[in-house]
Amino acid sequence: MSDLLTVCWKEVRELLHQSGSVGRTLRNLAFMLAVFGVFLPWEFGRALVDSPAALLPWVWVPFMLVSGVVADSFAGERERHTLETLLASRLPDDAILLGKVITAALYGWGFALVSAAIGLATVNVTHAEGTLLLYPPELLVGLVVFGLLGSLLMATAGVLVSLRAATTRQAAQTLSLAIVGLLFVPIVALQLLPGTVRLALVRFVAGLDMPLTASLAAIGLIAADMVLLGLALARFRRASLLLD
Amino acid sequence: MRRGATRGVRRPGLPLDSAGRTADRGPGAVHRPSVREAALSAELAISTAGLRRDFGALRAVDALDLAVPAGSVFGFLGPNGSGKTTTIRLLLGLLEPTAGVATVLGHDVRRDGARVRERCGALLEHPGLYERLSAADNLEFVGRAWRLPATERLRRMERLLEPLGLWERRHEIVGTWSRGMKQKLAVARALLTAPDLVFLDEPTAGLDPVAAAALRDDLASLARREGVTVFLTTHNLAEAEKLCDLVGVIRRGRLLSVAPPRDIRTSVGASRLVVTGRGLDAALDPVRAQPLVAAASLADGRLTVELDDGADGSGIVALLVGQGVAIDEVRRGSADLEEAFLALMAETADEARPGDPGGGEADAGIARPAEPARPSDGEPMARSDEAFGARPGPARDGEAGGAPVTVRGSRP
Repeated sequence: MSDLLTVCWKEVRELLHQSGSVGRTLRNLAFMLAVFGVFLPWEFGRALVDSPAALLPWVWVPFMLVSGVVADSFAGERERHTLETLLASRLPDDAILLGKVITAALYGWGFALVSAAIGLATVNVTHAEGTLLLYPPELLVGLVVFGLLGSLLMATAGVLVSLRAATTRQAAQTLSLAIVGLLFVPIVALQLLPGTVRLALVRFVAGLDMPLTASLAAIGLIAADMVLLGLALARFRRASLLLD
Repeated sequence: MRRGATRGVRRPGLPLDSAGRTADRGPGAVHRPSVREAALSAELAISTAGLRRDFGALRAVDALDLAVPAGSVFGFLGPNGSGKTTTIRLLLGLLEPTAGVATVLGHDVRRDGARVRERCGALLEHPGLYERLSAADNLEFVGRAWRLPATERLRRMERLLEPLGLWERRHEIVGTWSRGMKQKLAVARALLTAPDLVFLDEPTAGLDPVAAAALRDDLASLARREGVTVFLTTHNLAEAEKLCDLVGVIRRGRLLSVAPPRDIRTSVGASRLVVTGRGLDAALDPVRAQPLVAAASLADGRLTVELDDGADGSGIVALLVGQGVAIDEVRRGSADLEEAFLALMAETADEARPGDPGGGEADAGIARPAEPARPSDGEPMARSDEAFGARPGPARDGEAGGAPVTVRGSRP
């Protein structure tokens, strides 16, 4: 646990300095929080708490943030010639790997939760009209659970890619392609389906037991996280990382 | 030489006794079980026996037998691509050996790589510093990784950074520093955890001469003060000569020799006599006619005599005096380490194997044909009046160190 925290400590320090200095990094984060916590909620208004679809940006944000960080995890160390020194340390394999995954996932998840909280405050200030607006419980749970699982999925997938990528840019491109494929291929495929099939599909989804479906989706995500983490651990071989 | 260091020249491939000393059984000696036993000895900081690492068809390290005594500064010399970095990676358990056995601080690197890394510090090919972080953060990370308590981390940081002149600047971002400062910080990082053994892979590479000399001084004093065993790879021969108790020369993955730098030097120039004085012209032919003289030449008022192996120079001095030469100075030839190194490289140049690591770039860069010895590099032996006075013959360089000389040629 101590080793894991040490790696997390180092990753957080690096994250804070990713824009050159802590001040600049915090300014960039503040700008993003202003967009996702103030501007968008202001635009959405009450829909933010009434419609689940309005929360999609907050599920999407962790993916983007995590992919940016995690692409750098090993490829960046390799590029900056710090990987070999890290591997020559006494830190065990799992601490190095999990430290990077956890830091990236918490970064994305934390940002999503903080921006959702600020967003709620924003709509209460701008659109409450005397009432206290709150996220419906199922929406809040969905945001917390799927935000975390989504961030973890992105972090483990990202580490897996970054382990073998020669450069951060290469890792980031691969991850971007994966994200685009994951999100846009189903949308395009849906558009290509005949109208009747599409309608039947929509009816099927609408008729689903949402809590059960969400639970199954969460279990699926957990399984995917575990598989990707297992693959990353299996791929983490000091000799291979050096020779790559 | 400091604690535990073993004197003497070891012919690579020969068995070692339990203290890491050579058990020279002659040129025909081959691997015996005692090599493995010695390799597992905990008295040595590093011992390897028949260590080999292949990358496909490429043999990066070939049958490496090393014995590095605890507390010594061991220099691993070789041209680029000769297998130095691969050897360090093998010794740190970062790479799996293809064959052979390696023990570091009593731990088998195959089985206990993690334990080896726990007890070692390393400055590898690159400084490996997190350039976006401050110097203090870089060291803090290493201190935490080795689980040093907070007060101890700070104490060690100050102890190491203060003499390097970096303590006051520890909160600066490392990326803004000069290369020399980064190298110093990387050295401090390698020593932060008070390791039993530290690997330094070409620590002064890429530095300007002034920065390199400063770092070399710092390294020497830090290593001495910390009492740590140092395994230093370099192709800077002056560096090896200044810092190392023992030097191993490697080429194309094969160990050519292991000896104190002084012995390696004398192994090349030991049979040379350099005489300066007046009236040498007339003595040249009589000297050439001597049975133990392989060659003699006269240039710039300096007579250089190449003696057969084992020949004593006192007879030549007596002859010169008899010929009426007014001798100013007699020097027993002693090449510098560079000359010795080049000679070792040249000796094995003919053994080049296609596809060997370092066969191209390395040879082009370093292993050019050996230049003629520079007589001025020889150690002053005696003034003329002493030369044929109380001492019947010149003292050998090698004898001064109390060690046998001559380690040349490839491992049998």
